[in-house]
Amino acid sequence: MDLVAIFTIFVLAIFVGFEVIAKVPPLLHTPLMSGSNAISGITIVGALISAGKVPSEVSTILGVIAIVFATINVVGGFLVTHRMLEKFKRKE
Amino acid sequence: MTETTIKIISNVAYLIASIFFIIGLKGLAHPRTAVRGNLLGAIGMLIAIITVLWANDVLSWYWIIAGIVVGSGIGAVLSYKIEMTAMPQLVALFNGFGGLASVLIGGAALLEVAGPVKLTGVNQSVNIQLIIATIASGLIGAVTFWGSFIAFGKLQGLKFIPDAAVRYPGEQIVKLILILSSIVLGVFIVMDPVKYEYFYWIIVVLSSVLGVLLVIAIGGADMPVVIALLNSYSGIAGAATGFIDNNYVLIIAGSLVGASGIILTQLMCKAMNRSLANVLFGGFGAVAQTSSADEVYGNKIKAVTADDIAIFLDTAQKVVIIPGYGMAVGQAQHAVKDLTVLLESKGIDVEFAIHPVAGRMPGHMNVLLAEVDIPYDKLKEMDEINQTLSQVDVAIVLGANDVVNTDARDKADSPIAGMPIIDADKAKTVIIIKRSLSPGFAGIPNPLFALDNSYMFFSDGKKAVMDIVTAVKNL
Repeated sequence: MDLVAIFTIFVLAIFVGFEVIAKVPPLLHTPLMSGSNAISGITIVGALISAGKVPSEVSTILGVIAIVFATINVVGGFLVTHRMLEKFKRKE
Repeated sequence: MTETTIKIISNVAYLIASIFFIIGLKGLAHPRTAVRGNLLGAIGMLIAIITVLWANDVLSWYWIIAGIVVGSGIGAVLSYKIEMTAMPQLVALFNGFGGLASVLIGGAALLEVAGPVKLTGVNQSVNIQLIIATIASGLIGAVTFWGSFIAFGKLQGLKFIPDAAVRYPGEQIVKLILILSSIVLGVFIVMDPVKYEYFYWIIVVLSSVLGVLLVIAIGGADMPVVIALLNSYSGIAGAATGFIDNNYVLIIAGSLVGASGIILTQLMCKAMNRSLANVLFGGFGAVAQTSSADEVYGNKIKAVTADDIAIFLDTAQKVVIIPGYGMAVGQAQHAVKDLTVLLESKGIDVEFAIHPVAGRMPGHMNVLLAEVDIPYDKLKEMDEINQTLSQVDVAIVLGANDVVNTDARDKADSPIAGMPIIDADKAKTVIIIKRSLSPGFAGIPNPLFALDNSYMFFSDGKKAVMDIVTAVKNL
């Protein structure tokens, strides 16, 4: 039952994604890509869980490395998107 | 607080984070709200991170904080130091890192299942969903990481990664074998996760090879499709990771990104009139008899100098610049800005015609032109500019080729037939700035170059535009 519930969430979220971004102007193709890319860094949540709870050295190491890469993805992604969008702002 | 209460509160917090992601992505798809959308996405991420740290018994704070600090530092430095021209590579690289994180999390999750059993010798029943999610996480994550790395290499121009498509006999079979053997190994892990735990890393290796092979078989000009697709994969890898411990926010955010990546992929494919399967597995084959370069060009090519072009421009009222990958390679965007300012100071109307797949990533030309402060209302989409091109005095094709190839429109048996193009040939005069007559990515000659109203300026993009600027000034 639980599996069905989260699978439902998964499928519905995909549809929401399609609806929300259906029409995107070419101007924003790159920022949308790098911004959504930063959101895919959500794996940091999974990394924090596995680095935090396991009392085994190997999995803590795996978790911490995962945290480093996921954080680069998140922080770098949002910052670079912001920088790019600033350039798009109309210069008065 | 009881465990149930913590679970309820954290799930509500994840829901709020997910709403931020949805509104953020919606904002990112519209010019006016894009900055705010990105910000909302970042806030959603912060909520998710704080929640997970609060809700879980974290044993090794020291390491976690170290990891976050190091990652943030690297991310911040990369995002501020990077040149705008290197944006495609950076996006590819960040993308890959997300995939790598999924691989590592999967590995850790499997250890967690196998570890206690090895210690106690008691083989309790294992959660099959967890195992399958772990395998999916590792497989998609590794394909994403290595695929992105190869894409990065091609975009960065790393010497050991060829820009052209690497093709060999039986390549599809090799890829199929890699996928099938990964799945078989996965079945073994599901049957006995403790005994076959290490198979996970074999799957990771196999899918790494698969990721390399998938992207190395794709030529530079098809990169916009690949980058968008990898973007989608990184989201799906995240969603798979979410299935490992039923984490709602991972599943929702991951699938949102997966969907947005697929939309971009479709847009790019449509702009080339090719199916995704054709981009991934086909490439431009010997689809039809193409006319030889000699037949098309004959002695109809007219080479001109910067001074000749200056005279064309002097009498023009409306000029359209059609940039392509050549502008990015030659770093010609600053010279283009100079030319635009100069022509506008003479009362000439200058606009830019942007083909959706010009360059190496979706929106590549827009980023380059924004970098040099060319206002975005001057950047016209293909459909819009095509309606006005017949009133244009001079069209300057700068380092673009296939996207202005008239064969796509006029010749039904051409390999690129049906691909929407910018109708540069409709302009009164067409100037093509190009190093030589060498064909574009599709490998076919371009009849545009041989038209009566076409003139070739053989030169490097940046130097050519600078020479034209000097020539116009000296008139």
